[in-house]
Amino acid sequence: MKKIINNPKNLVEELLDGYIAAYGDIYERVPGVNGFVVKNKKDKVALLIGGGSGHEPLFPGFAGEGLADAVAMGNIFASPNPATILEVTKAIDCGKGVLYVYGNYAGDNLNFDMAEEMANASGIQTSSVRVWDDVASAPLERIDDRRGIAGDLFVIKTAGAATAMGLSLEEATRVTKKARDSVRTIGVSLAPGSIPGSDKATFELPEDEIEFGMGLHGEPGVKRTKMMPADELTSIMMDHIINDLPFQSGDEVCVLINGLGSTTFLELFIVNRKVSQILESKGIKVYDTNVGSYCTCQEMAGASITLIRLDEELKKYYDYPAFSPYYTKK
Amino acid sequence: MEKLNVGQTKELFLYIADSIIESKPFLTEIDSQIGDGDHGIGMAGGFEKAKEQLQEKDLKTINEIFSTTGMAMLNSMGGASGVIFGTMFMSGVKGVAPSEYLELKTLSEIFANSLKAIKERGKAQVGDKTMVDAFEPAVLSLRESADSSKSLLEALRLAEEAANAGVENTKNCIAKFGRAKSLLERAIGHQDAGATSTWIIFRSMREWVERNGEC
Repeated sequence: MKKIINNPKNLVEELLDGYIAAYGDIYERVPGVNGFVVKNKKDKVALLIGGGSGHEPLFPGFAGEGLADAVAMGNIFASPNPATILEVTKAIDCGKGVLYVYGNYAGDNLNFDMAEEMANASGIQTSSVRVWDDVASAPLERIDDRRGIAGDLFVIKTAGAATAMGLSLEEATRVTKKARDSVRTIGVSLAPGSIPGSDKATFELPEDEIEFGMGLHGEPGVKRTKMMPADELTSIMMDHIINDLPFQSGDEVCVLINGLGSTTFLELFIVNRKVSQILESKGIKVYDTNVGSYCTCQEMAGASITLIRLDEELKKYYDYPAFSPYYTKK
Repeated sequence: MEKLNVGQTKELFLYIADSIIESKPFLTEIDSQIGDGDHGIGMAGGFEKAKEQLQEKDLKTINEIFSTTGMAMLNSMGGASGVIFGTMFMSGVKGVAPSEYLELKTLSEIFANSLKAIKERGKAQVGDKTMVDAFEPAVLSLRESADSSKSLLEALRLAEEAANAGVENTKNCIAKFGRAKSLLERAIGHQDAGATSTWIIFRSMREWVERNGEC
């Protein structure tokens, strides 16, 4: 696989160098670790997000105004270590506590738990919300075994607004959990991404086949079939998420159509066309739609569909202005 | 050789580090079958960092050797294995009186503490297809050997065998943690990469003591 990289050992450092070189007007690095903060620290509960690298623009792209205050970056597809999380935590805490939002993976859970213990031991209050929106990764009875994928975006958006609006750590955590519990996602994979610095692809899939529910790192999904037209595969995906929450007639939702890396906007909008038709036919009102590649896995081909059900409370946080180089809400 | 001084213990740790670093392709291969293929890269990176720090620092006790190794891994690796293998070396010496010598009794005590800490943190039990499947039998074996006053080399040989049997057992299990979890029964027949690393650690300890036994 041809990749525009240097020494694979330095992928994350060099990614971060380039990111800060581009957006140094709004961010600054935390010395000694792979993490950065939004400049001009505010007197509020701080929001820290993080996870493995290689999924850009997630997580770095979701730090900014009304979004996260800092990002702790792990190696490729691996959670950040506790030292990184702790240093970034210290850099953003202003005495009101730090809220962690991250995807529900074994490595992230262990490292963030350990960082929380270390932060608490040094007198910083913390709280965390694990995102588990991928309906294909475990049955509803074991929802806390599910993985976090593109639904991160809505959860981070809510947490960013809640902390920016001055909520206490406890209240911000409650609201963020409410958003997390209202989000459902499913993906479909057409082709694997690569693991940068390795010759390997993240999984193997025959040329004419697709897999529903496959994870962002090639974790097995729920169903492998022959390739099919966009409308057909979109309908299958929508059945999975609509029946899971379930979303019902009269609900108001935000939609996220997320490309997994190499899928084009042409394809994403064709998916969104069908999604909006299905929602309309079911009497579910679309409050807002986002189409783009937010949560990716290198060249992985495919898309995910995310819905979040909004009530009056969650709308307030969704509507709050936000700005980062990769996400804007006016 | 029944007692290693600080210098020898450091050499032992450098040898463990090199063994894991050499095993990177093997561990990557194993992990690619059911995990995400990064275990070898992570472990080798962690032990590279540990080697650097062991060589740079002036360490006075064996406790510092364990904790330096653990901290280096914890603070460089990330991922589940960073925490678990960091804990293996770091938490084992917590509460153990500083010593200038490593002998079977101390090693058994340290690793018994590590096992407890790992199980508390990771919530894994034997049979969950994790490193605990290899580590727990090896730790129990060390304790039995210490109780029956076996030689250090014999104790390490038995611990290595117990760890290896544990690795074999992971082939029969469904994974409870990590990315292999979603494979369910498709993970059967494949060994766990973390358990394999644990076995390599015990194997290399045995090898080092065997080769340096005369000095």
